[in-house]
Amino acid sequence: MEACNCIEPQWPADDLLMKYQYISDFFIALAYFSIPLELIYFVKKSAVFPYRWVLVQFGAFIVLCGATHLINLWMFTMHSRTVAIVQTAAKVLTGVVSCATALMLVHIIPDLLSVKTRELFLKNKAAELDREMGLIRTQEETGRHVRMLTHEIRSTLDRHTILKTTLIELGRTLALEECALWMPTRTGLELHLSYTLRQQHPVGFTVPIQLPVINQVFSTNHAVKISPNCPIARIRPITGKYMPGEVVAVRVPLLHLSNFQINDWPELSTKRYALMVLMLPSDSARQWHVHELELVEVVADQVAVALSHAAILEESMRAQEQLVEQNVALDLARREAETAIRARNDFLAVMNHEMRTPMHAIIALSSLLQETESSNLLATLINDVLDLSRLEDGSFKLDVGTFNLHGVFREVLNLIQPIASVKKLLISLNLASDLPVFAVGDERRLMQVLLNIVGNAVKFSKEGSISVTAFIPKSEFLGDSRAPDFIAVQTESYFYLQVQVKDSGPGVNPQDIPKLFTKFAQSQMPATRSSNVSGLGLAICKRFVSLMEGQIWIESEGLGKGCTAIFTVKLGIPESSNETKLALLPKVPTNSVQGKFSGLKVLVMDENGVSRSVTKGLLMHLGCDVTIVSSSEECLLVVSPLFKVILLDVCMPGVDGFDVAVQIRKRFSKRHERPLIVALTGNSDRLARDNCLRAGMDGFILKPVSVDKMRSILLDLLEHGSVFEAHQ
Amino acid sequence: MDVVQLLRQYIDCKTTLFREGILDDQFTQLQKLADDSSPSFVVEVVSLFFDDSEKLLKNLTQALEQPVVDFKQVADHAHQFKGSSSSIGAQRVKNVCIAFRTYCIEENLDGCLKCLQQVKHEYALVKNKLENLLRLEQQIVAAGGSIPPVE
Repeated sequence: MEACNCIEPQWPADDLLMKYQYISDFFIALAYFSIPLELIYFVKKSAVFPYRWVLVQFGAFIVLCGATHLINLWMFTMHSRTVAIVQTAAKVLTGVVSCATALMLVHIIPDLLSVKTRELFLKNKAAELDREMGLIRTQEETGRHVRMLTHEIRSTLDRHTILKTTLIELGRTLALEECALWMPTRTGLELHLSYTLRQQHPVGFTVPIQLPVINQVFSTNHAVKISPNCPIARIRPITGKYMPGEVVAVRVPLLHLSNFQINDWPELSTKRYALMVLMLPSDSARQWHVHELELVEVVADQVAVALSHAAILEESMRAQEQLVEQNVALDLARREAETAIRARNDFLAVMNHEMRTPMHAIIALSSLLQETESSNLLATLINDVLDLSRLEDGSFKLDVGTFNLHGVFREVLNLIQPIASVKKLLISLNLASDLPVFAVGDERRLMQVLLNIVGNAVKFSKEGSISVTAFIPKSEFLGDSRAPDFIAVQTESYFYLQVQVKDSGPGVNPQDIPKLFTKFAQSQMPATRSSNVSGLGLAICKRFVSLMEGQIWIESEGLGKGCTAIFTVKLGIPESSNETKLALLPKVPTNSVQGKFSGLKVLVMDENGVSRSVTKGLLMHLGCDVTIVSSSEECLLVVSPLFKVILLDVCMPGVDGFDVAVQIRKRFSKRHERPLIVALTGNSDRLARDNCLRAGMDGFILKPVSVDKMRSILLDLLEHGSVFEAHQ
Repeated sequence: MDVVQLLRQYIDCKTTLFREGILDDQFTQLQKLADDSSPSFVVEVVSLFFDDSEKLLKNLTQALEQPVVDFKQVADHAHQFKGSSSSIGAQRVKNVCIAFRTYCIEENLDGCLKCLQQVKHEYALVKNKLENLLRLEQQIVAAGGSIPPVE
């Protein structure tokens, strides 16, 4: 046999062993070849693996190992030298690569290990951040809750709602088992359980305020943890078997208005506090966290502010109510005062009107006879005071009307004549020829002035004559020489009347003349009794005369030389009417009936424009002075005692003409002031008539009205004061 | 046209108005009120009546065109119209207004609409005739004549 490189098996061909080796080698090779494939596959899948070239190396090493084992398969049988060489080469390569790999791994494995630790580190960090995030979120939630709570509390101004909302919101936010509020009682010595969260109606628990735990809570503005067994926390029966939850209490300052001193806001000394108690759920392991306590403190402050706002509002509303009540009382008092004043005026008027005039006349005349100012002087004075008081307080108004001027003079003289005859005094009256017979003015007051002046002249003249002259003065003779700026201008509708009463009595010292007209002035020389006046008479005359836009003065050349009393007054001329307001006043046709209606002031209320104009035209045709209004408000605004007749349209829908009538009746309750009210209606039934009667109306006319009908109705009204007809 | 013819036309117009019942005695009363100081009293009142009526008719038409008719308002307007027409003596208009009101109270829409038509017709008629009458009056006065006085 030649020397061959084949290696003869050492022992005899043991087929079984060989077979096993063969198979194992095959599988090894298979595994060795498949591992890199797997590696490649997975590396390709994950793009992140940083050590590719290590893998390549490792792959090469595995492949070569595999190759070695593969080639080994041929080594079991006869093989040629090439195979051996290949095997050797493979082995050599494998050896090189594996050593290289081993060397590399020495570098790499620590790195790989540190990756792992870094990963762990990062995981920890992430967990930590998560925790912190959780905390921040909780805090933000809390802040949000506080804001929401505050908003809820501040959105109402009702105490109870504020407190209830606080408890509810706190309970919800902090998931409390119970939340309660203890309020101090009126006496301030006890705390009373006022509100709870879970119990509907807390039965009146009270605890004295001087407990140490309460003092502890009140002494600080922080939330204080208290024992669940103390009296303020034992509000509800303990439900759980285990420990009750932790309890915290906080003070809520109750601020009063007087406590709002800006400078010492944080340190309000004598303060009242309420106590808020919060309980965590029992059987839970929860504890009070710092942020929760902070939340509670903030809420307590907010509640205090909200309560103080509510208190301020209550105070201001109470003050407002008080003011309203006071206003009502004042109004009532004012009305009563007005009623009293009106009553007084009515009394004065009655006195004046009914009783005084005859009395005055009698007294004046009797005092003229007696030349004494004795027994009845007091009465005279009183009466004059009444007149003067009315003159003084400006409530006096002239009673203007048309009268017979010549008649006034004649009457005065008739009154005085008997007395003058008794005293053997001669009285003469001289009326100027251009003096109008009729004039417009206050007849009664003019007569009083005349009576006063002439009476004085008679009273103080022991002998001689008295002359009364009346005329229309020329401009240069008008007025007192001492008052040169008094210039009277004659117009077409007015004229001035000057009256001079000259007597031959003792006269007056010129120096005393100014004093004559002052009230209550006594003469300086009572012994002579030559002064022409005492008491109020001349003062009143002066007032009347100036009301009639005139002047009165006395001239005397001295003692013993007699005295002349002169006065001027302004009177109206009756032909031209005073009412120049109505430009449309038609010229009155001369009709005997006309005189009765001339200037008769009528007020017409009618909503319908057309019928208003027709009624107005009708009345104006009859010579009335018509004012028209179209609504009940206007009517009540315009109505006054100047209107003698009021025509109300009562068939306006939606407007109660009857109500207007009732109101007018109420307003003018005095008989002589009250205008006559007549209803204009298109409705002729009995019910309408009765309504008119009931509303106090004086008449009832069926629309549409004719001229003749209106005329006869007005006549009836003015004569009888009432007219009622059912048919036109 | 001379005064006599104008006068004849005037009298004819007036007689027709009264005979057909378009105007009644109230208008005569109004004419009595016109005198020297307010010669145009009748013209003024009649113009006022025309203005008022136009407004009322417009309101009535509008009120009855509503999807939901407010009968009370319609009745109020009809009452107003009755008032003004009776003040001026427009008798036929007044009578239609009376019927109108009754329909309103019954809330009879058809009746109301019918009355509206009727009142418009009557109003147009009286307006036309009155304008004619007043124009004739003016012409007579302008031509130097004088209106025959009212008995």
